[in-house]
Amino acid sequence: MSPNLSAILYLVSGVLFILALRGLSSPETSRQGNLFGIIGMVIAISVTFLSVGNFSSGFIYVLIFFAIGGSIGSFIAYRIPMTAMPELVAGFHSLVGLAAVFVAISAFINPTAFNLGTPGNIKLASLIEMAIGAAVGAITFSGSVIAFLKLQGIMSGAPITFKGQHLLNALLLLLIVILTIYLCSTQSSNLFWILIAVSFLIGFLIIIPIGGADMPVVISMLNSYSGWAAAGIGFTLENTALIITGALVGSSGAILSYIMCKGMNRSFFNVILGGFGATDQTSQSQNKEQRPVKSGNADDAAFLMKNASSVIIVPGYGMAVAQAQHALREMVDTLKKNDIKVSYAIHPVAGRMPGHMNVLLAEANVPYDEVFELEEINNDFANADVAFVIGANDVTNPVAKTDPQSPIYGMPVLDVEKCKSVLFVKRSLSPGYAGIDNDLFYKENTLMLFADAKKMTEDITKNL
Amino acid sequence: MEIDPFIFRLSIFILSIFVGYYVVWSVTPSLHTPLMSVTNAISSVIIVGAIIAALSGSDGVVFSSSSIYGFLAIILAAVNIFGGFLVTQRMLAMYKKKKKDK
Repeated sequence: MSPNLSAILYLVSGVLFILALRGLSSPETSRQGNLFGIIGMVIAISVTFLSVGNFSSGFIYVLIFFAIGGSIGSFIAYRIPMTAMPELVAGFHSLVGLAAVFVAISAFINPTAFNLGTPGNIKLASLIEMAIGAAVGAITFSGSVIAFLKLQGIMSGAPITFKGQHLLNALLLLLIVILTIYLCSTQSSNLFWILIAVSFLIGFLIIIPIGGADMPVVISMLNSYSGWAAAGIGFTLENTALIITGALVGSSGAILSYIMCKGMNRSFFNVILGGFGATDQTSQSQNKEQRPVKSGNADDAAFLMKNASSVIIVPGYGMAVAQAQHALREMVDTLKKNDIKVSYAIHPVAGRMPGHMNVLLAEANVPYDEVFELEEINNDFANADVAFVIGANDVTNPVAKTDPQSPIYGMPVLDVEKCKSVLFVKRSLSPGYAGIDNDLFYKENTLMLFADAKKMTEDITKNL
Repeated sequence: MEIDPFIFRLSIFILSIFVGYYVVWSVTPSLHTPLMSVTNAISSVIIVGAIIAALSGSDGVVFSSSSIYGFLAIILAAVNIFGGFLVTQRMLAMYKKKKKDK
C-alpha cells in the first residue's frame, strides 16, 4: 500500500475517533459513536498490516497474540461488575502506558524498522519524541497501577506523605530532562533504561500521596497522560491516527480533571500535591463536642416518604460500596406507585470517577432523564419534601457555604438542608474523607438512618 | 527552504487538541464514565506501533530482541481495544429513557 494512501486512511480513522467522542454528547447517539470508534480501529489496524506487507510467519504470531489479548479483554469486559468501573479504567490506563513504553523500547533497539535511522544513530527529533513517549508512558503505567491498587483496596486509600516528597519529585523530573538531553548527545542505551526506570518511580511517587476520594481527579489525569504518551509515540512513528487520538484523549482527560477539581473547589496543583485531610485533623478535633442527633429506623423513613409528594435521592460512593443501586431503584418504584415524584441529584465528584453514579443508576434501570446534575436540580431541594442521602457525605455539607474556616469552604454542594426533611443513610457518625463533621447530621429536620445502605433501602421498601 | 514534515504533524496535533477540547465539553456529564472507557480504547491505536515493532524481525527470525516488545505491546493493546470498546458498549446499552406508559 502506498504511503500516501495509508496516511489518508489513518486520517480517516482519526476522524472516526473524533466522531466516536462526538457521539457521547447524548445517550441516543452514543452507541453509534462507539461503532464509529470500532470502525476507526479496524481501519487503523488493517492499514498497518497492509503497509508493513510482511505476511511471513511473524504475521501469524501477531494474530495469535492479538487474539490472546482480545479474548482477555473481552472476558474482562463481560465479567466486570459496574461498581468496579473505576478500577477497570485505571487498569486499562496502565496497559496503554506500558504498551507505549514497549513500543518506544522496540523503536530504540531497532530504529531501522521504523525508518528512524540506525541503532546508535537515531534521528535527533525521533529520539526526543521516543524519550517523551516512553517517559510519559512509564509514568502512566506505574501511576495507574497505584491508583488501581488503591481503588481495589489492596493498598490503603489514605494518602502516604513523607518529608521532602515534593522536592524529591521535582528533582526526579529534572533528572528526566537531564537524562533526555544526555541521551540525545550520547545515544546510550543505558541512559534510555535509566530514563524509563526513573519515570516508573515518578509515576509511583506522584500517586501515593493522593487520597481515595481524590481518585476522580487522578483517574482523569492518568487518562490524559495515556493520551499524551500515545501522541508522543505517534510523532515517533509519524502516524496521524496516533497523533490525533493522543491529542483527543489528552485533552479529554485534562478537561475531566478540570471538571473534577472544580467540583471540589480545589486547584489542580492542590490535588496533585496531595495529602488532603491529613493536615487539618488536629484543628478539627478540638471543637468536636457531642451534639444531639436524631436517629430513626426504616419504619420512620417509610412513613416520611409515604407522606411526601416529591423525593430527591442523593447517591454517593457509599451506594457503590454497598451495591445498593438495585435496592434503591426498587424503593423508588414503590414510591412512584404511590404517585410520589422522584428524581436523582448527582454531584460532579460523587463516586470514584467522573460519571460513576450515572453508570450505576443506569445499570439499575433508572431512566437517565430522571437523573440530574448539581446545577440542574439544586434549586429544587427547597420545594422537595424529602431528600434521601445514600452514601454521600461531604458533597451535602452546608459548612461549605457557611464556614470560611472549613477546608471545603467554597466547594459547590447540594442544598440538601433546604428540604423539609432529610433522611441520611450512613453506617456511623464518622466524618467523610475531608475529615470534617457534616453539619447536616445535627439539623432539626435531619433523620439519621444508621445502617448498611442496601439493607436500609430494602427495609424501607418493605415498610412502604 | 522546504517545510519540515514535523511541522505538519505538529499542526495536526495542535488542531486535534482544540477539536478534542470542544468535542469533550459537549459530552453530557452523565456519560463521563463511558467517555473514559472509550478514550481508553481509542488510545490503544498505539497497537499500530506494536504491529510494526513485532514484524520488524528479519527473515526467519520471528522473535528478535525488538520484536518481543512489539508482541508484548500487541497483547496489552488488544486487551484494551476489546475490553474498552466492549465495556463501553455494555454501559451505553444500559442508558434508557423513561418509558411513556409508566
